Amino acid sequence: MKRYKADLHIHTVLSPCGSLDMSPVNIVTKALAAGLDMIGITDHNTTRQCAEVHRVGQLKGLYVLCGAEVTTKEEVHCLTFFENFEKLAAFQVYLDKYLPNIPNDAERFGYQVWVNAEEEIEGQEERLLISAIDQSIDEVEHTVRQLEGLFIPAHIFRPSFSVYSQLGFMPFGIKPDAIEISARYALSEPLNNHPELKAYTVLHSSDAHFPEQIGHHYSLLEMRAPDFQELRMALQGTKGRKVISA
Amino acid sequence: MKVCDIIEKLNLKVIAGEEGLQNEVRGGYTSDLLSDVMGNADEGQVWITLQTHRNVMAVASLKEVAAVIIVKDLEADENTISQSNDEGIPLLSSSMQAFELSGELYKLLAEKK
Repeated sequence: MKRYKADLHIHTVLSPCGSLDMSPVNIVTKALAAGLDMIGITDHNTTRQCAEVHRVGQLKGLYVLCGAEVTTKEEVHCLTFFENFEKLAAFQVYLDKYLPNIPNDAERFGYQVWVNAEEEIEGQEERLLISAIDQSIDEVEHTVRQLEGLFIPAHIFRPSFSVYSQLGFMPFGIKPDAIEISARYALSEPLNNHPELKAYTVLHSSDAHFPEQIGHHYSLLEMRAPDFQELRMALQGTKGRKVISA
Repeated sequence: MKVCDIIEKLNLKVIAGEEGLQNEVRGGYTSDLLSDVMGNADEGQVWITLQTHRNVMAVASLKEVAAVIIVKDLEADENTISQSNDEGIPLLSSSMQAFELSGELYKLLAEKK
């Protein structure tokens, strides 16, 4: 077993709030410079920038996990990850179906473009990505399960857009693969105040919107290689794989 | 004033939790953040919200509210309905949005005094 550094919550130029400097090449370069072995691409309600970051990562020796940060109907942010591009595409169809038709105002919220390795614009999302999709947290989890993905409620102690702020506590029916604590909001102390969370694997990540934030916080994973199936085992704590607590 | 009185006066629909229709109404609280309701709502208040998740009924029970009203004719989740019946706390719905409904309920409770 080896130890790998993973920052599994990173936004790209495609998120309206993501810096225009968050291009595939910049993200991969910064992640490697920060000593990361694995990153997760999680734009708001879209997966359309993942493939190119994954491709650049593959060329440069960084494993890029593909997914999205979904905003549920209750306005809870949840990280989702998928094993291959087929499942990722199926999830994109789901997102497209339930994202409301509210146009983005780029002047106010920021641009929503995805780019290639040469930083040429490949496409633009016209609908506002930071809206809530018309699906409950339970429905989102169910869809992720059907696609054998990973479901991780994000920044759970954030005073907004979190399980705790929106729903008061973790819903009984939800079985997250892990819970995430973001560098940007309260760290270990609140966790000690929540004995009900002891059962969950905890991930730390940066929630980076700017290049300099990448790897600012990360998780240490003990596994055989940095890839999706190894990560799943590490989150479950099976076959000797595990998340080393921070 | 009881929950059944406000149902009649505000033209509300009863979705579930009939057992609690005689609950005494002591005030109201309007919020969509369940963490806020957990911290700030009081026993006997009617809680007005657009959230439809099952956790709403768990928080309603924890805070012992008189009833929950879901606004804008939004459809409650199935397990929210069953939990309302289990808890015996009425789950009501209104076609009004939260501002209008809160205003109407406020007027009603103020008139009574």
